Amino acid sequence: MTIKGKAYIAGIYEHPTRKADGISLARIHAEVAKGALEDAGLSHKDVDGYFVAGDSPGLGPLNMAEYLGLKPKHIDSTDTGGSSYQIHAAHAAEAIALGKCKVALVTLAGKPRTGGGQPGGGRRPVDPPDYPFEAPYKGTVLNLYAMCAQRHMHEFGTTSEQLAWIKVAASTHAQHNPHAMLRDVVTVEEVVNSPVVADPLHRLDCCVISDGGGAFVMVAPEIAKSLKRPLVRVIGTGEAIKHVNGGQVDLTYSGARASGPIAFAEAGVKPSDIKYASIYDSFTITVLMQIEDLGFCEKGKGGAFVSDGNLIAGTGKLPFNTDGGGLCNNHPGNRGGMTKILEAVRQLRGEAHPAVQVKNCDLALAHGTGGSLGTRHGSGTIIMERA
Amino acid sequence: MADKGPSVLDDVLLQPYWDAATKGKLLLKHCTACGKNHYYPRPICPHCFSDKTEWLETKGEGTIYSWSVERRANPPYSIAYVTLPEGVTILSSIVDCDLNKLAIGQKVKLGFTEHDGKPAPVFRPA
Repeated sequence: MTIKGKAYIAGIYEHPTRKADGISLARIHAEVAKGALEDAGLSHKDVDGYFVAGDSPGLGPLNMAEYLGLKPKHIDSTDTGGSSYQIHAAHAAEAIALGKCKVALVTLAGKPRTGGGQPGGGRRPVDPPDYPFEAPYKGTVLNLYAMCAQRHMHEFGTTSEQLAWIKVAASTHAQHNPHAMLRDVVTVEEVVNSPVVADPLHRLDCCVISDGGGAFVMVAPEIAKSLKRPLVRVIGTGEAIKHVNGGQVDLTYSGARASGPIAFAEAGVKPSDIKYASIYDSFTITVLMQIEDLGFCEKGKGGAFVSDGNLIAGTGKLPFNTDGGGLCNNHPGNRGGMTKILEAVRQLRGEAHPAVQVKNCDLALAHGTGGSLGTRHGSGTIIMERA
Repeated sequence: MADKGPSVLDDVLLQPYWDAATKGKLLLKHCTACGKNHYYPRPICPHCFSDKTEWLETKGEGTIYSWSVERRANPPYSIAYVTLPEGVTILSSIVDCDLNKLAIGQKVKLGFTEHDGKPAPVFRPA
């Protein structure tokens, strides 16, 4: 059994806000749900599957299902941080393939800039078992990812200039997105001359912090074909958890090494077939490692691969994150996996900004990494095609 | 933590770790079934799932596997993965050193600091 062609993404919506003053977390979930359902041409009464991760205010999906007036018969609140939405896309497709639901709604909302109910922002009610052995060292998202970059540079000779090319490509795309937080095109020199925030990462190696949200609606094939939107279908999914394995630490690769091949095998395509890739971009190093691990280039050769504009739409071999990505556009709730899926769907529909629309884009990938690249993270890979 | 009641992390099987740390010794777990060591310590081996695990005292030596310095903190501090000769790499910090001279491959030696009233292993340049 394969997921190939058994579920379609029929509706998408990205919240335009980047700073949600006076807007509750629940309202953002509702506005993106409404936007995605309207984009599909469906009503909230059609929704029979609801997927929401740890950014949901309340107990799993319970409080939000009530707020939204949903009566789902299939629910999933898997939380792997920023990659939850790749995992939800996979699980929604599986549920639809099995007939457990026909219209699955997946929502994301977050307010790290304005506060007001940012789940996961403080100490969790139950500390994880690694806590007493790791908390003393004040690991942050920043310094843990930085240690991956440090090791990658040591083993493979990757340079700050090569990492900077990833930001340059993202900024080149973001100039066309009126909602993007950072719309100025930057140069390699500007990135490497920005202050070092956690060696070896510079300020411009980092993503933005933004409020906002997004949603997509995944539906059964017969429903997709009855709607008026372009047909975008899921053809392969893969998921994995990578952790420090009892102290057998290797920071040079991510969970994409496991999730990628599963998704490619199911889809029956190879990395060189992909026309557009949404790659999780919390930091430049995140992109570099995932590109290697997904097989777009050999391990250790990511630095050369991303250089000289190779990720820029129109000129590069692998156009990525054409909305400006987390590096320049937004990173709602510090969870970037949702917007990765949304831009991939826009590309497959031919609805990306004309300046960054990939010609004849019929095959796209959206990959997420959630948690910490330097300790434990969840990876999700989704491959979609225009039917 | 404001609440000083029992923590969900308390486990009587981990008490030897904390007792040794109080005396300046770092313990790992060794599995007699598969022969592998692991850290952080668990009663059941994550490599083979045997419960035949025992404590192993480390030599207190290490080599920096990777590092970073959080530059925005005041004062800046280091974080590092340190590989021990016992075959595990552990998250820690390099202290009492010039943060601008840290390097992968650098030899370091064990020390202890305190966090939340408990001893925490750290490393200094050897």
